[in-house]
Amino acid sequence: MLELLGWVPLFPFLGFLILVLASERFSEPLAAWIGIGSVGVSALFVSLIGFEFLNGTMQPFKLVLGSWIEMDDISVPFGFYLDALTMTMLFVVTGVGFLIHVYSAGFMASDPSYARFFAYMNLFVSAMLVLVLADNLALLYLGWEGVGLGSYLLIGFWYKDPNNGYAARKAFVMTRIGDTALALGLFLLFTQLHTFDIQSLMLGAENQWPPGTLLPMVSAALLLGGAVGKSAQLPLQTWLPDAMAGPTPVSALIHAATMVTAGVYLIARTHSLFMLAPTVQFVVAVIGALTLLIAGCSALVQTDIKRVLAYSTISQIGYMFLALGAGAWSAAIFHLLTHAFFKALLFLAAGAVIFCFHQEHNIIKMGGLRKAMPLTFWSFMIGGAALSALPFTSGFYSKHEILMAVFEVSPVLWAAGCLGALITGIYSFRLVFVVFFGVQSEVVEKSPGWCMSAPLFLLGILALSGGMLQVPLGTVFPVLTSPDRDFTFNLVSAITVAAPLLGLLIAVLFYLTGAFSAQRLANYSWAKPLRLFFLGGWGMDALYDKLFVHPFKTITRLNKNDAVDGLYLAIAWLSQKLHLLVSASQTGRVRWYASSLVLGTVAIIAIGLLS
Amino acid sequence: MEFGLLLSAVLFVLGLIGVMVRRNLIMILMSLEVMLNATGLAFIVAGSRWGQADGQIMFLLILTLAAAEVGVGLGLVLQIFHRFHTLDADSVNEMQG
Amino acid sequence: MELILFYLTSAVALFATVMMITRLNAVHGLLYLILSLLSVGVIFFLLGAHFAAVLEVIIYAGAIMVLFVFVIMMLNQGQKTIDQENAWLQPGVWILPSLMALVLLVEMAVIVVLGGNAQTGHIVNSKQVGIALYGPYLLAVELASMLLLAGLVGAYHLGKPILKITRPGGNS
Repeated sequence: MLELLGWVPLFPFLGFLILVLASERFSEPLAAWIGIGSVGVSALFVSLIGFEFLNGTMQPFKLVLGSWIEMDDISVPFGFYLDALTMTMLFVVTGVGFLIHVYSAGFMASDPSYARFFAYMNLFVSAMLVLVLADNLALLYLGWEGVGLGSYLLIGFWYKDPNNGYAARKAFVMTRIGDTALALGLFLLFTQLHTFDIQSLMLGAENQWPPGTLLPMVSAALLLGGAVGKSAQLPLQTWLPDAMAGPTPVSALIHAATMVTAGVYLIARTHSLFMLAPTVQFVVAVIGALTLLIAGCSALVQTDIKRVLAYSTISQIGYMFLALGAGAWSAAIFHLLTHAFFKALLFLAAGAVIFCFHQEHNIIKMGGLRKAMPLTFWSFMIGGAALSALPFTSGFYSKHEILMAVFEVSPVLWAAGCLGALITGIYSFRLVFVVFFGVQSEVVEKSPGWCMSAPLFLLGILALSGGMLQVPLGTVFPVLTSPDRDFTFNLVSAITVAAPLLGLLIAVLFYLTGAFSAQRLANYSWAKPLRLFFLGGWGMDALYDKLFVHPFKTITRLNKNDAVDGLYLAIAWLSQKLHLLVSASQTGRVRWYASSLVLGTVAIIAIGLLS
Repeated sequence: MEFGLLLSAVLFVLGLIGVMVRRNLIMILMSLEVMLNATGLAFIVAGSRWGQADGQIMFLLILTLAAAEVGVGLGLVLQIFHRFHTLDADSVNEMQG
Repeated sequence: MELILFYLTSAVALFATVMMITRLNAVHGLLYLILSLLSVGVIFFLLGAHFAAVLEVIIYAGAIMVLFVFVIMMLNQGQKTIDQENAWLQPGVWILPSLMALVLLVEMAVIVVLGGNAQTGHIVNSKQVGIALYGPYLLAVELASMLLLAGLVGAYHLGKPILKITRPGGNS
């Protein structure tokens, strides 16, 4: 049964090929059936494989399908590697992916490029599966770039609006910075350890490199660079809010559930290397903590429903990085899993709101949608609760696990995490209250069909109960020693639980009961610039504009008439002048030609005689 | 014998001068004939010197060449005259660079 | 004796050629050209290439020159040409060509009278030429025939009364 693994990425890829080749010739239902069906079959295979794997010994399983690159001393197979970590990612990618595909069938209905949408989605899913299945870093990099491409195509899906194209380019370029670092790290690892195979690499690194030396530090830092780019962490996080330009299912699938967590997956996959570089691992934690705070603050003031969720995604991935940095590998992956459920749920619910509310993104203009859209409302409630880690939701278990592990490493980072949890509580319920409570301003024009409701329902269940899932990650990661359950532990635990509840309370006071007015708060002189600062994502975009874009533009302006080009232009100019010179001799007069011939002959004979 | 070759050379150069100096297309063609004929003369002289038939054969080939050349050349002259109503070689200079 | 004849004929050939390239009138030039060709033919004869001499007279001075005559006739039409003809047919025009042709005639007569011993080089008779032509040079003969065929086709094509004019502003 495990041999079916090879088919898993193949089906979405076949779906992509069919849809791309058929282009817009297929009718909408047919395209939807192919697009959803291919992912559905993959999901089915994954569940079969998962059933056998989880009931077996859970020993890592390797499947080599063929050879990709075979050269002198480089050998890269099309090899897949299955362990509990891969299994978890497979469930997320195919399961959540399938639900989002079903949802898309309703959401994208009557879009003129229906088939193209599913083609891109299938391409993305296929690449993502290759990424998580790859047993070597080269193949992983193929998937890594594949999902980058899918992300680019889907962000710019409505390419007729130049802003969307700009957002797509921005996402592509920003992640490219990380990808370059990843590629460098890959090359470094290969030149040092002479293999691409991840397991051999990890073994080799453990055997050959003493912990804390330069080589593991540099290679771990380079891999971290790739992860930071893909997962939208500080300092490369600015692309994700703009990536919301894509259709909402895309945001749910790519920019919440799967692709942005690829960085987390990468670090978890190469955790042995990071353990050899404790400094870098600590940097991972610091990055995570800073990111979750910065993004959380930005999420507080956003008015675009999708941007709130985008910043919250950045923030939640910050938690995963925090966990990775603290060495709580399985907690990070667990949070990845639960986050995929509740963030996909939130995005899809937001999509339903946008869908039914004539493409309105601004939450200020919404309100009182509770009655009109009960299912969406409850989805949002569950999603928001899980996001802010209210007790007994899925997010609670994973986030609690993370924060408890972080406390063991650094109380400061734990405090940051708790503050982040507080902020998370505020902004998630701000969103819920603003959108669904209060006075309904406008009528809802349509209601989501069954293919949008069903995924919401299922994801709602998963987001609620996902915490009960027992992910057997102990076979992959070193098990953390559980701390003593002393008084400090209990206190810390209590604070961790209380933080989001306090956030919820603040949100209730500000946005539901109106005991405090956010409006009044915003009118204070100190609050205004702060709000703008948060709204602009802490001015990172402006900073990068100043630091990189403007100098680059200036340089390009200075060098508009490329100095190197000048040389070639001079050659062109010279040949043009020579051409004019020589063409003057082309008089069209036969006698002139004859004379030239004679002249040449005379010259040749003269040379012959004189030499 | 040298005189024969000298004569051929002089005739050739005279034909060449004709080609370069004259503007009338027919005169140019006629000058070309003189040049071809001079070449043939050189072959005949050489063949006669060595008592070989090859000289005359070369002359025969030059003769066929001259015949074909005149046929095509005069056809072109006719066409040029039809189109431009002149036989001035220099006025037919449309293909200049 | 033969050398004197040779020099004399050469002088005629050179003179005729010089006259030919300096003539203003095409017909005058053509007459001098024929004269030049005839004298070269005599030189061939003197050199012992009898076959070539005969061909020179028949084909060169005969057939090819007739083509020139035809073309000159076709291209000079109307009253202007008749006026030109009148101007051309002045007696002085005839004197030099006639004179030189006379010299050639005298030379031939001398050769004929003195007997077949008038060549300055080796005799290569037509039998030898024929054997060489259809022996080692067979391929060259084939090539010559191809050339003539190509010339024939080309001349036929170009000689068609009206070629399609694609050039705007052109007339035919």
